[in-house]
Amino acid sequence: MIEVRDLIKQYDDRVAVNKISFSVKKGEILGFLGPNGAGKSTTMKILSGFMPASAGSAKINGYDVEKEALQAKASIGYLPENPPVYMAMAVEEYLVFAARLHGVHKTKANTAARDAMDKCGITDVRHRLIGNLSKGYRQRVGLAQAIAHNPPVLILDEPTVGLDPKQIIEIRNLIRSLGGEHTIILSTHILPEVQATCGRVVVIDHGTVVAEDTLDGIAARMQSNVRVTLGLQKNPEDVLAKLQAVQGVTALSKTSKNEGEPFTVHVECAKGFDVRSDLAKICVSADLGLLTLNQEKLSLEDAFVRLITVDENTKEL
Amino acid sequence: MQNMMLIAKRDLKMYFISPIAYIIIAVFLFLMGWMFFNLLSYYSQSLQQFGAISYGQKPTLSENVIRPLYGNMNVIMLFIVPFITMRLIAEERKDHTVELLLTAPIRSLDVILGKFLSGFALLAIMLSCTLIYPIMLFYLTKPDWGVVLGCYMGLLLVAATYVAVGLFWSARTENQIVAAALSFGTLLFLWLISWAAHRAGPVWSDVLNGFSIVGHYSNFSEGVIDTTDLVFYASAIGFSLFGAKLSFDTSEWG
Ligand SMILES: Nc1ncnc2c1ncn2[C@@H]1O[C@H](COP(=O)(O)OP(=O)(O)OP(=O)(O)O)[C@@H](O)[C@H]1O
Ligand SMILES: [Mg+2]
Repeated sequence: MIEVRDLIKQYDDRVAVNKISFSVKKGEILGFLGPNGAGKSTTMKILSGFMPASAGSAKINGYDVEKEALQAKASIGYLPENPPVYMAMAVEEYLVFAARLHGVHKTKANTAARDAMDKCGITDVRHRLIGNLSKGYRQRVGLAQAIAHNPPVLILDEPTVGLDPKQIIEIRNLIRSLGGEHTIILSTHILPEVQATCGRVVVIDHGTVVAEDTLDGIAARMQSNVRVTLGLQKNPEDVLAKLQAVQGVTALSKTSKNEGEPFTVHVECAKGFDVRSDLAKICVSADLGLLTLNQEKLSLEDAFVRLITVDENTKEL
Repeated sequence: MQNMMLIAKRDLKMYFISPIAYIIIAVFLFLMGWMFFNLLSYYSQSLQQFGAISYGQKPTLSENVIRPLYGNMNVIMLFIVPFITMRLIAEERKDHTVELLLTAPIRSLDVILGKFLSGFALLAIMLSCTLIYPIMLFYLTKPDWGVVLGCYMGLLLVAATYVAVGLFWSARTENQIVAAALSFGTLLFLWLISWAAHRAGPVWSDVLNGFSIVGHYSNFSEGVIDTTDLVFYASAIGFSLFGAKLSFDTSEWG
């Protein structure tokens, strides 16, 4: 349904998207996860036909977004970063206009707008000017605009930003219910959002895909990793290399010491290794004053942070 | 076509939702009313003088009231149109609503033509309010309908040209003031371009006059319709709209 191949977007001085490829099957909900400035919005702007790519291709519903732009656009409902709402228009009037722009027939536009308002919970503000609404309500109007013409593909750029917790849950439920019938790609930089709504996730950072998997897949891969935290009385600077050399250790980081607290070293190790006794031996023989030694599993949140941390050791999954 | 009308209607409605349209029309009508009153009283005065001395040519209504009245309308429109057109696309860029237009399955030509129509329609509404003056003249004396008709035709073409130029600049920036200033500068330059004509050589003088917005209006104000003038306005409009479409299509948004 969505086919992205080697997409590149170059702004004047920087490459925002660097050879991204992925695909989304019909009915799937894909989470597009990445930190600020990763290139999520840029990719979505290209998919929506708002902006041309510098190189590469993207197909929506079988139509090339550049060569068959009108057909591709007709298949899409798009919620940009900033909801494209006219402040001087009333909610319902705006939604009817947006639906008509997307080819909904005059006689059906009113019903389409009403359905969308219903789904997004904005029926009670339908006669108010959008400029007088709160940010969260504007966001919902933007979302209603994207779904009003019932497009097969939805491209949603941070759909729950600015909403209150109750609304976030409602909108996530709405998005989940739209999946199956609609193919959805949604961007976010908050992990729980992906956990709550998406079947699959593409993680991007600095314009490249760093991971692509089902949610369970990523969790499984990451949660089998463990982290050992050492608390030491003396500065372990000299033995870091030794610790690193222990079989199974994949990454090492020393946190800066605060006054009156022990030195701490975080050691990450691969699946199936128990490095605790080896680490303890090194610390004791170097007489560093081993105070604590804790082992914990990495949460999905940690996994995400790890994925997008520029550290060659941890990037290799 | 349908999409063009959809956009034209929305934009026209926007003018009347905000106070812009009412203020502009009110200011315009106030100025025109003042001019009409003064032209008319000056005309009746000179008619009386003519009756007293019966010397020279009898002052005509066309020469003393109608032509200056519509000529002045042309000047005032030059000042007004940049205010009308500045928001058409610049505002959409600033407010990000242009993303809606650019990602909807519509052609950019529909957007440009729709915007153009909305601005033109506002001016047409404004000009139709001035029909009250020839109607009053009709009850007072016998105006030359050919001249009145010619003036309106000329003014509508001039208005359309102004709107097209204003739309072009509005498509090139997200700053409404910049759009208005550049539109005003361009239009004023096309007015004053013929100033250099009488000092230029014969060929250049023709070229400069050929680009003059007022120059092409003068035939209309005599009640004469010349194809050269029609071609000039049509190509000025077409050229500006094409430029606006290019900017709309190719600029790197967002
Ligand atoms: N118009 C532009 N001109 C130049 N650089 C741009 C432009 N728009 C975006 N960028 C750059 O491209 C990169 C990717 O931006 P993008 O908006 O796609 O990030 P994002 O993943 O959506 O981030 P966020 O989570 O903050 O929304 C950033 O480094 C940004 O500075
Ligand atoms: Mg973004």
